[in-house]
Order: sequence, then C-alpha cells, then structure tokens
Amino acid sequence: MAAVQETVDRVRRIDVDQYRYGFETLIESDKAPKGLSEDTVRFISAKKNEPAWMLEWRLEAYRRWLTMTEPKWARVNYPKIDYQDLYYYAAPKAKKTVSSLDEIDPEILKTYEKLGIPLREVEVLEGVVRPEGEEGSGQRKIAVDAVFDSVSVATTFQKELKKAGVIFMPISEAIREHPELVKKYLGSVVPTSDNYFATLNSAVFSDGSFVYVPPGVRCPMELSTYFRINERNTGQFERTLIIADKGAYVSYLEGCTAPQRDENQLHAAVVELVTLDDAEIKYSTVQNWYPGNSEGVGGIYNFVTKRGDCRGNNSKISWTQVETGSAITWKYPSCILRGDNSRGEFYSVAISNGHQQVDSGTKMIHLGKNTTSRIISKGIAAGVSQNTYRGLVTAHRKATGARNFTACDSLLIGDKCGAHTVPYVEAKNSSALFEHEATTSKISEDVLFYCVQRGLTQEEAVGLVVNGFVKDVLQQLPMEFAVEAQKLISISLEGSVG
Amino acid sequence: MSLLEVKDLQVSVDEREILHGLSLTVNLGEIHAIMGPNGSGKSTLSHVIAGKPGYEVTGGEILFKGEDLLEMSPDERAVKGVFLAFQYPVEIPGVTTINFLRTALNAQRKARGESEFLVPDFLKKMRSVASSLNIPMDMLKRGVNVGFSGGEKKRNEILQMALFEPSLCILDEMDSGLDIDALRVAADGVNALRSPDRAMVVITHYQRLLNYIVPDVVHVMSKGRVVKSGGKELALELEASGYAQFEDAA
Ligand SMILES: Nc1ncnc2c1ncn2[C@@H]1O[C@H](COP(=O)(O)OP(=O)(O)O)[C@@H](O)[C@H]1O
Ligand SMILES: [Mg+2]
Repeated sequence: MAAVQETVDRVRRIDVDQYRYGFETLIESDKAPKGLSEDTVRFISAKKNEPAWMLEWRLEAYRRWLTMTEPKWARVNYPKIDYQDLYYYAAPKAKKTVSSLDEIDPEILKTYEKLGIPLREVEVLEGVVRPEGEEGSGQRKIAVDAVFDSVSVATTFQKELKKAGVIFMPISEAIREHPELVKKYLGSVVPTSDNYFATLNSAVFSDGSFVYVPPGVRCPMELSTYFRINERNTGQFERTLIIADKGAYVSYLEGCTAPQRDENQLHAAVVELVTLDDAEIKYSTVQNWYPGNSEGVGGIYNFVTKRGDCRGNNSKISWTQVETGSAITWKYPSCILRGDNSRGEFYSVAISNGHQQVDSGTKMIHLGKNTTSRIISKGIAAGVSQNTYRGLVTAHRKATGARNFTACDSLLIGDKCGAHTVPYVEAKNSSALFEHEATTSKISEDVLFYCVQRGLTQEEAVGLVVNGFVKDVLQQLPMEFAVEAQKLISISLEGSVG
Repeated sequence: MSLLEVKDLQVSVDEREILHGLSLTVNLGEIHAIMGPNGSGKSTLSHVIAGKPGYEVTGGEILFKGEDLLEMSPDERAVKGVFLAFQYPVEIPGVTTINFLRTALNAQRKARGESEFLVPDFLKKMRSVASSLNIPMDMLKRGVNVGFSGGEKKRNEILQMALFEPSLCILDEMDSGLDIDALRVAADGVNALRSPDRAMVVITHYQRLLNYIVPDVVHVMSKGRVVKSGGKELALELEASGYAQFEDAA
C-alpha cells in the first residue's frame, strides 16, 4: 500500500495547482451587461449583425429555457448557479473586422503561442516524435479556428480550403454568408428544446465553428478549433455545426483551456454533426479546462451537448475524447444511427483528480437497419474525485441487425476516489446484439515497483502505466494530438509540469 | 571498498521480524549464490536491497559503493546500479516492451546526467542485445511481459540487465518455471554479463542453476539468517544432504 499511498500524496500535493495553462491575458474586452434577459439575447444577436430569423430562433429558445429546470440526474454536486450573475458575451475589443493575422491583438496571438497552437500559417508540426520509437512522420497541415471568450479571432488556411470547396469559418459568419445551410441544419440534431443547457446555448451562443464539406470531397487537412475562456465571470457558449455531405470526409479536432480562477466558470457548448449517405466525420476533443485547485476551489463547469446524426445510409460518426480538465464534466457525445448500415463510435479517456467530478459517456441510438456501434471508455480516478461512465444503447423496433460492443474500464489511483459505471441497454427488437464488458482495477503496487526498479520515478511510473491503460483510445487520435494527450495525461496525474 | 555490504540487517513485515540480523559482503567481479528453503527470507532480502515499499528495517545497514542505500528511493538505487531480476516479472498492458526499455534506459541516463539515447541509436543497441539472447523483435513489440511464456519473461529480465549495465545484479529464482533449454539460454545470457566491473547475487532454491552459473561464494540462508558460507562445493554438499541440517543451526 505504501507506494500507492505515496503516489496519492504526491498527486494531492502538486497536481492541480500546477495547471499549466492558468495564465490570464490582459486585453480590453467588450462585454454585454451582466445577467440574462431578452435584451441580452438581442444584444448578442445585434453584435453579430444577425438576420432577423436568427434572432427569432434565439428568442424562442430563451423563452423555452425560462420554463425549464436544471437536470439533477448526474452524479455531480455543485452550488446553485446564479444565471443573472454571469456575463453572456465578452469579445476582445477588436479593430473592426480581421482579415489577416497581423490585425489580431498581439496579446491574443501570444496567448495562443503559449498554448502551443499554430495560428500562423506555417507547417509547425515538424519533428514530432512518434511514440513507441517508430520512425518517420510527415508534415501535416492543420487549419485552426481560434475562439477567444465569445468570438472567433482567426481561422487559418481559408483559401486552401475554399479551393477544395470546404467551408470552414466562424458560425457567426456562416449565419450571414451561408444562411440556407445554417437554417437547414442548425438545431436539426440538437433541437432548441433538447435540454436545459442546450436550450440556454441556443439562446446566447456567441460563436463557434461551422464546417461544410461538399459531396465527394475528402477534406484536405485536419480542421481544428481551440477554445479559450479568458474573461472573468463569463460563460462560454459556443456552437459548432459540421456537415459532411454525401461521400464526404472530415476530421475535426477541438482543444480547450482556461485561466486559473477562484470562481467557477460555466461552459455550455453544443456540437451538432450531420453525415449524409456514405459520409464520415471524425471528431476528436482534448479537453483541459481549468479543473480548480487542490481544495476544489474554482474550475470550469463543463455542461456540453454533443450529438451526431448519421442521417444517410452507410455513414459514420466517430467521437474520441480525452477529458482531463474541468471541475465538473457533464458530457455525452452521442450518435443517432438513422441511416441503414450506419456506424457510431465513441472512444473516451476521462481523468479525474483532486476534487474533479466527471459524469460522461455516450448514447448510441440505433434506428436504421444493420447499424453498428462501438464504445470504448477508460475512466481514471485519483485524489478524492468521482468518475462516472453513463451510457445508453438502444435499438428501435425497426433497427434489425443492430450491433453494439461496449467496454468500460476504470482505474483507481488511491482509495479516496470513486468509479461508477451506469450502462442502460434497451433492445426493442430481438435481432439486436449488444455486448457489454466492464472492469474496475486499482493501479498495482507491484507494477509501480517494477517500473521504479528500472529507474522511473514514481510519477513517471504512474504516467507510463496509465498511458498503457488508455492506449486503445489514444490510438484513435490524430498523431499530433495523441502525443499532446499523452503528455497531458501524465501532467494531470503526476504534477510533473513539463 | 566492497560493492555491497549488508550489516546485521533486521527487517519486519507487519510487526513480524523476517530477517534477524543478516550480514553479507559482495565485491566487484564476484558471483554469490544464496540458497535456502522456501520462506527463509531470500526474496525479502532482495526486495529490501532494491527498496520495495512495505518492509520495515528495524536494525542494521546496507552500504552500496560506500553509500547508505536505505536512504535512497528505489529509482535512485536503480540509477546508481542496483538491478533486481524479479522472480515473478509483472505484466504492463498497453506499454510495448520497446517503449518501456527506452523510457527506463533514458530515465536512468537522464538521472545520471548522461545524454538520452535517440530512437535510432537505441534501436541499434537493443537489436544487438536482443539477438544475442534469441529474443525476436515481435516479442519486443508486445506489451511488457503480456502473454510471455515463463522463459520469455526471464529472458526479458536479462535483456534489461544487459541494456542497463548495472553494477549489482540480483537474480531472484531465475530458474523457477524454466525447462532445461530455457535455463541454458538464460544462464548463457547471464554469464555473458560477468565482468570485473559487476557483481551478481544469484538466489536459488536448487543447486541445478549453479551448474550453469558457477558462483565464487555460496551462502546458505535459513529462517532469516545466513547460517553458512563457503565455496562453490557447498552447493553440491547441500544437494547431497539437503537443508535439514541447517534448520537446527538457525
Ligand atoms: N509482504 C509480506 N507480508 C507478510 N509476510 C511476508 C511478506 N513477505 C514475506 N513474508 C514472509 O517472510 C518469510 C520469508 O519470505 P520470502 O522472503 O519470500 O522467502 P523466500 O524467498 O526465501 O522463499 C516468509 O515466512 C513469508 O511468509
Ligand atoms: Mg522467494
């Protein structure tokens, strides 16, 4: 027990207070008045020069939200949120419209440089060492949309994407420039009435990314959005909408960080994915919002609705997430398998340390014939954290031949944390075949001693064992992200700031 | 100066004393065999030298290269050159053996202030050591010890010994679970590492292993003490007469 205890003590001492992204950027910002009312909604819509239909859509959501109550079923505890004590919109005071990176506030650029995000249009991803000592790695381009508080500050590689016919822009621009696409798809996967936080988002979302990949096009590069909450007392409500038209393919990455603050900050995003016939979307997240300090003060409340609709036959949506941050995570990226032969995948690593609370999982809704889904979830709990996997797999009456495979593994570090698995399975036709496996284990003292006997420090040993545990999931990430995620996992558990 | 000096070591687990004042001196270049019946405390001694948590040292001391070993964390001991080949090597799923070896070797080198091996240099070194031990590359691409046979696990231990080049190698029951062919391969690997700059402590229950790894000194352990020491002929004597004669001496 001693080695594990030592690890637990060390993790407790150093972990979360050394959040690496906890700096604050000093820039002037333009805020909406505090609190939420119809006026706030109008203010945001006006700031974005939105057409009337968009304002109406928001107001309808706002009125709906007033009639709703916060959900209570998740295994998370937090003090009541005062929705009138938040700012719903904060934008860096911009020099009007931004047409090139040179016009962006250099402080913001510096922030993104500190975060290691390639906003400059250069191929910065040279020399990435492949894990496992494999040789060879090509340079690749990643187009980035960076969202700072409530607005998108830069989208790179626009021209090159345009040539391929791919639309990748802030959703606020898409509302003005591609209203027919936005009208058709926005809210078509997550309706404005869906749930408390999604409805709130529909009323006040300020920015986010929009992607449309036309029929038959394979998006020529990875698309990526980095979200950063900077302002105090500011909620971040971004909205992402990705559409892969018939036979299209796109891989999309999302990364998030926030400064270290004593008060809790609310993040309530909505992500909608739509795939038409034979299309595929691969959506990856590395979430590292500030988790709060070692006493459990501060940190982000991450209440997110992510859903994909495999609307077309033979289409595929794959979610991969590495969740290391946030004080509270409430997140269930899901797939509606509507088209025949469509496929949904969910690969997840959720780490909780200190006082973090994670309630995350997925829903696979089988509606079409011969639809398949796969769920691989790895939960790691340390400190006094609570880590819950919550999953739902259902097959509709007409979903003949539906197949699901679920594997949920939990790893406990220390004996003050908890891991919970809550799987719901519902088959309304007899041909559905659902398999479920679950394991919970403690990090083995003998394994740790084996590693330290070979010269690894206790922290390095924990990092290595944990990275082995999550390997199946990390393999799903694009290579650059896998390397980053691996580092992040070690940091969030070891406290060895890199 | 001796490489390893264990002086009057007393060790307890859960309030129960297991080693009752054990002494042992090992010099560079020597091979010592420690023999004794099950439960006599051989593994306990090896664990305490390597720094495994869970043991309480209630008396005595251990000097390694003249330094107080008990003051060092287990990873510091490894970095200083203490290597323990485990009786039961553990499995680490999801971590390939290659990755493990490189991570460990570089961790040791870094801690000693030496430059870390780049991937190509490391692979070159590893390939040559592996081929001398008859270890195929595809075994190294698997998770550490995952699905390895008994013989493969022991060869993997010796591979690490060869890569890390420690000055003290403790081999705990290297022969357990090996058939005679596997034993011969493993013993050849160990013999290739005999060097004037290194000492080995070979722990075994049976004399058989010592036909392959011929020791300079043999110690007999019983009930937490060294009860007799002598030359390699002591092992043969034990083989003929058994441990029973020492039970009373202890
Ligand atoms: N972790 C432990 N907890 C309790 N007793 C132990 C532990 N380790 C060893 N012992 C006891 O110490 C004695 C010596 O064991 P060990 O060192 O494994 O002997 P050997 O390796 O010579 O067979 C045995 O009686 C064993 O039961
Ligand atoms: Mg033993």
